[in-house]
Amino acid sequence: MRIVVQQAPFDLGAEANAFAAGRRDMGAVVTFTGIVRDLASADLDAMEIEHYPGMTEAALTEIATEARDRWSLGDVLVIHRFGRLCPGDLIMMVATAAPHRRDAFEAAEFLMDYLKSRAPFWKKEHSGGASGWVAAKDEDEDALTRW
Amino acid sequence: MDVLYFAWVRERIGLPKERVETQAATVADLVEELRAREARYAAAFADLSALRVAVDQKLTGFDAPLDGAREVAFFPPMTGG
Repeated sequence: MRIVVQQAPFDLGAEANAFAAGRRDMGAVVTFTGIVRDLASADLDAMEIEHYPGMTEAALTEIATEARDRWSLGDVLVIHRFGRLCPGDLIMMVATAAPHRRDAFEAAEFLMDYLKSRAPFWKKEHSGGASGWVAAKDEDEDALTRW
Repeated sequence: MDVLYFAWVRERIGLPKERVETQAATVADLVEELRAREARYAAAFADLSALRVAVDQKLTGFDAPLDGAREVAFFPPMTGG
């Protein structure tokens, strides 16, 4: 299990390859990647991600540990960035390795659902001189009830 | 104890962290003390349903006891991913 919280960009291909390499007993690797998107206003300049150092790592570790307890997983990787990002930049990724694909898919979805509303990150959007905090969505909270 | 603020709570109060001497028994008691300080605190804590709290870096509720707590953090609902 590897949990990384960093400001620097990460190399999705290199991370995915390293994660998948040499796993003779794992038939499935699922990766999810979050990207800064500009849907609402089409003039997003930047997205700033704030986090709670210490608690962030602890919360992500707890969520990943829960995923390993619930599904048959060989490994879990979570990388999440903070700081100022631009549209198109990679924000975060999760990867799960499992003997069978269903475990890998479900665990990756579980990680994402929990990470969205239980890991202490906050997003602020900057567009055209104005800025505002992204509000949490009810549907993100509702998504937790299915687990 | 150390009291930390994140996102718009930090902006509204105007600082990320402060040392608070308190005898508050619960998070709710601490909130009452902070609210009574100044308008910027009252504004930040006006609607507790819009806030989340962590005690010693664990998410908890406003009725949580503060006995032995070293760090309390207030912030809006999280928006990771």
